[in-house]
Amino acid sequence: MTLMQKFLGASAALALSAGAAAADPALIFDLGGKFDKSFNEAAFNGAQRWAEETGGSFLEIELQSEAQREQALRRFAEAGANPVITTGFAFADPVNAVAGDYPDTKFVNIDGWMPEVPANVQLIGFQEHQGSYLVGMMAAMASETGTVGFIGGMDIPLIRHFGCGFAQGVKAVNPDATVIANMTGTTPSAWNDPVKGSELTKAQISQGADVIYAAAGGTGVGVLQTAADEGILSIGVDSNQNYLHSGKVLTSMLKRVDVAVYDSMTAGADIETGGFTILGLAEDGVGYALDEHNADLVSAEMKEAVDTARQQIIDGDLEVVAYYTDDSCPVLDF
Amino acid sequence: MDVMPKWAEVVLVPLISLILAAILSALVILAIGEDPVAAVKLMVSGALGSTYGWGYTLYYATNFMFTGLAVAVAFHAGLFNIGGEGQAMLGGLGVALVCLFIPWPHWTLAVLGATVGAAAFGALWAAIPAYLQAKRGSHIVITTIMFNFIAAAVLNYMLVNILRPAGSMDPATARFPEAVHLPSLHEMLAPIGINFSKSAPANVSLVLAIIACFVVWLLIWRTSLGLEIRSYGKSGRAARYAGIGSVRITMIAMLISGGLAGMMAINNVMGEAERLVLNAVEGAGFIGIAVALMGRSHPFGVFLAAILFGFLYQGGAELALWTSIPRELIVVIQALVILFTGALDNMVRMPLERIFLAIRQSREAKATKAAE
Repeated sequence: MTLMQKFLGASAALALSAGAAAADPALIFDLGGKFDKSFNEAAFNGAQRWAEETGGSFLEIELQSEAQREQALRRFAEAGANPVITTGFAFADPVNAVAGDYPDTKFVNIDGWMPEVPANVQLIGFQEHQGSYLVGMMAAMASETGTVGFIGGMDIPLIRHFGCGFAQGVKAVNPDATVIANMTGTTPSAWNDPVKGSELTKAQISQGADVIYAAAGGTGVGVLQTAADEGILSIGVDSNQNYLHSGKVLTSMLKRVDVAVYDSMTAGADIETGGFTILGLAEDGVGYALDEHNADLVSAEMKEAVDTARQQIIDGDLEVVAYYTDDSCPVLDF
Repeated sequence: MDVMPKWAEVVLVPLISLILAAILSALVILAIGEDPVAAVKLMVSGALGSTYGWGYTLYYATNFMFTGLAVAVAFHAGLFNIGGEGQAMLGGLGVALVCLFIPWPHWTLAVLGATVGAAAFGALWAAIPAYLQAKRGSHIVITTIMFNFIAAAVLNYMLVNILRPAGSMDPATARFPEAVHLPSLHEMLAPIGINFSKSAPANVSLVLAIIACFVVWLLIWRTSLGLEIRSYGKSGRAARYAGIGSVRITMIAMLISGGLAGMMAINNVMGEAERLVLNAVEGAGFIGIAVALMGRSHPFGVFLAAILFGFLYQGGAELALWTSIPRELIVVIQALVILFTGALDNMVRMPLERIFLAIRQSREAKATKAAE
């Protein structure tokens, strides 16, 4: 390495650390991209809200490749960002690998799992099956044909987890109901393929489905669109997607990634780390969306049933089986 | 007789293509209100200005060398293998199985085992389309691209249902054992006093890739098999007439091609991630096509083109990190380079040929005048 290169490297590092004021938080979006109208966008909205309320600024990056996971973590940690927040389970392993090298930086990962959590890492998980259970109940009550659909992004455990909670909710209301489950694809484009989402929706409609729940990132946009066009109901996911087709979207299963990001940024460098935070119905980490766009679709009876179930789950009187517990679902085969 | 001198063919055409792509990219960056000069500076300093940048550039380049060579070998046999993506995915599966289930004592042995595993799985994935092409005439472009999707589905099934550690949500294998850790450039260069960046993922596979470039050159231009492959690629009928079996050459060329694509997994799966993830290849198989086109299917050209694309990847990552240029535009810039160097080759070549022709004609005219 020549002296010149050393200087260049050093000056670049200086420029970087000068650019980021001390302890700005950083947010790293997973490969799906920032504006997926769903998971990553929820994270972005939380960060945006924090920035607007506090006047602070945050660093962010949308990834393009797997090798950039560790790269982005290291660059942000070296630039002094704190905490470094990552979205998506795929970050768990890189965070685990990198955290030890930056003991003064706090890392937050949403959706991830680690066998042992390092002292400067906090994992935030959501009880998606509980929220999905509630929207499953609503789907069964709104359905006239007794057939409802589930469209997932990729056939991975997390999405089976969503589908399994949904199917349990459906069966709780109508044990004879049929749940059709489809996955969009096996390549990363499965998370952002509205056309395929639309085709699957049509296929499920032809099999009699009249309420369809999409847990497929950007692909869900096509599901909601086609459902609205064909005059059936759909259910959005992660963010509140009711507004996308007012009066045509029954509800949205909320996964408050925005709240998790907002809270992490508010806590800043003092964020508590070294464990798991599990956000469920009790913490309002998951839930269903009710606003002016779906007020006419959700009857008082429906709302009462769902709210009762919600309270029962919180009190522990009603257990929704998580797919993870033994990697299988009691009511739905994948 | 060639219209253009060799140096113009090899250096001038790609260079002008690159400059055109750069100008267009600059216009695109201007159009979104960013400063193109600053962007280029950031790309160059980010990708080549430090050993950290070089580490990433060379890491990407290693991937592209393997997939570029894979496409190039098939090109020489007149076959268009666009299944590098799927072959590299299966190669990853081979590497993962070898690393996870065989207790290796040392990485030097492990890398040999992994090379065999990666090449065998990649070659296997290329063998079926090759057989269909050779025996049934099913077009290799169609079958190889379809096999990419099948490979993705196979990998998905293996990772979600079989190889995933219990409790993990991530569809990926467990981490490979410490013993199969490949030395990074940092670890390789430290003993000779070069302090290479610790965080960069470039590793000993780079050396393997360079050896592969050399071996492919030997194979194509210095062996009789290479001669047969090239003859078959130039004219299948003439080659058959000369006694070169089309089934044999198609199978051999595609097996080599698939094996090379699979060997990419040594770099990204064993060297970088040290576990197999669902999205391990992420388009390197397709970039290989552009690399082979730009490198004129010559191993040295592939080597250079791979480094160029490594630069574009790493430079693009730096842009995404430190500017507000959206990543879609970075893809646009990468695509412009592919477009100009690969697809619009003749746009540069034909005017250049005309210029060289004019120069030569005027020279010849002068020479005849002087003779008179």
